[in-house]
Amino acid sequence: MDLKYNASYEAFRQQVVAFLGEHWPAPDSAGDSRAEKEAWFRRQAIAAGYLYRGVPREFGGSEQEPDILKATIIRDEFSKRRAPMEAPGIGNMMLVPTLLECGTQEQKERFIPKTLTGEYHWAQGYSEPNAGSDLASLRTRAELVEGENGPEWSINGQKIWSTLAQFAQYMFVLARTEPEAGKHAGISYLLIDLKNPGITIRPIKQVTGGKEFCEVFFDDARTPADWIVGERGEGWKVSKATLAHERSSIGGAQTAVGLFEKLVELAKGVEYQGVTAIDHPQIRERLVTLEGYVQSHLYSSYRQLSMAAAKQNAGRIGLMNKLINTNIGHMVADIAKDLINDAALLMPPAKGRAEGDEKWLNQFFGSLGVAIAGGTSNIQRNIIAERGFGLPRDDAE
Amino acid sequence: MEFLLSEEQLEIQDTVKRFLDKHCPSTALHSYFDDPAQLPEAIWQGLVEMGVPALIVPEAFGGMGMTLLDLAIIAEVLGQAAAPNPLLGHTLATQALIYAGSPAQQEKWLPKLASGECLASFATAESGNWLAPSLSCVNGNITGQKQHVPHAEHAQLIVVALAGGRYALIEQGATGLEISAENVADRTRPLASLNLNDCPAELLDGDCGNAAEPILNTALVLLAADSFGGAAQCVDMAVDYAKTREQFGQPIGKFQALKHQLANMAVDVEPMRGLYWHAAYAFDQEPETASRQAALAKAHLSDRFLHVARETVQAHGGIGYTWECDAQIFIKRALFNYTFMGNAGLHRKRAADLADW
Ligand SMILES: Cc1cc2nc3c(=O)[nH]c(=O)nc-3n(C[C@H](O)[C@H](O)[C@H](O)COP(=O)(O)OP(=O)(O)OC[C@H]3O[C@@H](n4cnc5c(N)ncnc54)[C@H](O)[C@@H]3O)c2cc1C
Repeated sequence: MDLKYNASYEAFRQQVVAFLGEHWPAPDSAGDSRAEKEAWFRRQAIAAGYLYRGVPREFGGSEQEPDILKATIIRDEFSKRRAPMEAPGIGNMMLVPTLLECGTQEQKERFIPKTLTGEYHWAQGYSEPNAGSDLASLRTRAELVEGENGPEWSINGQKIWSTLAQFAQYMFVLARTEPEAGKHAGISYLLIDLKNPGITIRPIKQVTGGKEFCEVFFDDARTPADWIVGERGEGWKVSKATLAHERSSIGGAQTAVGLFEKLVELAKGVEYQGVTAIDHPQIRERLVTLEGYVQSHLYSSYRQLSMAAAKQNAGRIGLMNKLINTNIGHMVADIAKDLINDAALLMPPAKGRAEGDEKWLNQFFGSLGVAIAGGTSNIQRNIIAERGFGLPRDDAE
Repeated sequence: MEFLLSEEQLEIQDTVKRFLDKHCPSTALHSYFDDPAQLPEAIWQGLVEMGVPALIVPEAFGGMGMTLLDLAIIAEVLGQAAAPNPLLGHTLATQALIYAGSPAQQEKWLPKLASGECLASFATAESGNWLAPSLSCVNGNITGQKQHVPHAEHAQLIVVALAGGRYALIEQGATGLEISAENVADRTRPLASLNLNDCPAELLDGDCGNAAEPILNTALVLLAADSFGGAAQCVDMAVDYAKTREQFGQPIGKFQALKHQLANMAVDVEPMRGLYWHAAYAFDQEPETASRQAALAKAHLSDRFLHVARETVQAHGGIGYTWECDAQIFIKRALFNYTFMGNAGLHRKRAADLADW
């Protein structure tokens, strides 16, 4: 066990600081829009070995040895300077690992590099109005037909809750291609360009008032025959491939630590029952109680990352990270709503930043979404119990 | 850099685990539990033979000069087996000599503590007060009371915490030393009260500038580690029972309500290992954060252990509520870990005070 920031780590920190000094904010020559500047910056940061350390160079990553302390230094220094980290969104969270695991060479080369830099935005087309937790009951169909440039998939059906689909260029879709096969065996994993004809995208207003997720209708929408990841009928397996190799990312835990630090800052700046909140014994106790969970999560992720680096299997903890993150989000919301006091009567604007403490309501509501998206907390508990403990599956599943 | 145990650490952990599988299975555990007046001789001798009491003693005094992490991972395994053992008091007495003893006192006692030739214990609590002892040693004598001293009747040597961060040694059989067993809940680590009446004592007279802190932190880290082991064992017991017990014609583990209860337990427990590892690591390598990390770890781990132990009783139904069931032993171990050296409220307050909040 060794977490010492020895001289070589201090040197690494200096390198990161110097790199940021030179590259962020990006020079005007990097592009006109913020998006262009961010993509430029990410390319430089990848070349320097700071972002996408687990992705091979061949596909646009920086392919570095896993190192918890370096990852922590990068996070700290980037966030101090408000420099872009790895591009957020489902593309990097799910599609890239899936392609790395199951994609063809051509798919990897075509899609991964620009997804990493944030130039390609993806939407996830899994859920349907009648297929949520029971995702494998999905009904969107895809058939192979003869198109102008050879065979293509023709997709018909409806997806829903697809986050940021209105701004995405591409979608990865689960669709039924083998109607005769069983529930899970009939599904394939397809990629599609959302600009193609036959696709209608309708944003849906959320709890927050913003429009972040969408309904997506497919009416004979076409995508090339080779935009399938894995074989026909293997889509279910493909969609789970990255779960089996749970990326022992420490991102979730670091985010939790960052959120906790912000909560402490909030407590230093507001009054609670006549004193500064951070001086109130109740608030202090609640914060430390929460910190026990946050630090457990952090050091548990250190351990998982170290095990992955040593090619050891961390076991069932990999199935728990999402629920742990979700629980921490709930606890943060619980404390935040007391700290912001009257500001909990106000709604933060759906667009732009709130001026006052009501901005914490974004976290308050957002934590509810986290508990639903990507498999609800109950579904996580089922997975932990069935796959983690080996308890008998429910007859319904 | 890495956050993993070394091969050697895994090996010694495994050695102790295999020893306990053999010498502290459920049946043996219950017979110890029912006869707490006995020192768990076989277990203690085994630990001595495996070198456990020598681990953190400096090599100059016949020890192995290892880290608190090395000892904490053994405490985890002891907690997992709910093993009756006097290691906690013995270790705190050892640390008192290491941090506050004069070279001559260290020379005299540490080799015997390392080899297990002498069993020691540690007395600090005074009517609910764990952290600010009030007794003092006047002309080589102590008068007053101490409570909750682990395995006091079997200890040949007792280190008594005094006012002002001082410590004194009392030997078993000293005049004016009266030991009365407490009617404890956790009989795997029986406690006794000391009534000291002009009891002859020898002040530790090394440079004990900051001995109180490392002694306290040692206790907190070991209790946190023990709590992880106990809590992990509770999850395993409850899951195993859910697989074998049948009701309504199916294993109860097929019922979702129980699945979710078990999953929630595991989600509390599994990540905590990192927290206690880190608290031990901080003790060994990052003295400036050691106190805060130890306080946080003890509060969180003992709190969650107690919660999970309660859930384990529930998950076993009627059998869980019996004296025969192991769960009753774990819930009492959890109560001990939660309360000994101060409960979660106290250490959370300390953790908050030690932060720059
Ligand atoms: C903010 C947000 C973003 C999302 N983004 C996307 C996206 O980009 N792409 C996408 O495809 N989907 C997305 N989703 C959809 C999400 O994956 C589904 O909402 C989720 O899987 C639950 O499905 P459902 O909404 O149909 O709820 P249901 O499955 O109907 O669940 C309703 C309730 O029943 C419980 N329940 C259901 N089945 C069980 C069971 N077997 N055991 C115990 N309890 C059960 C659930 O836990 C839940 O509490 C998003 C959702 C949210 C909230």
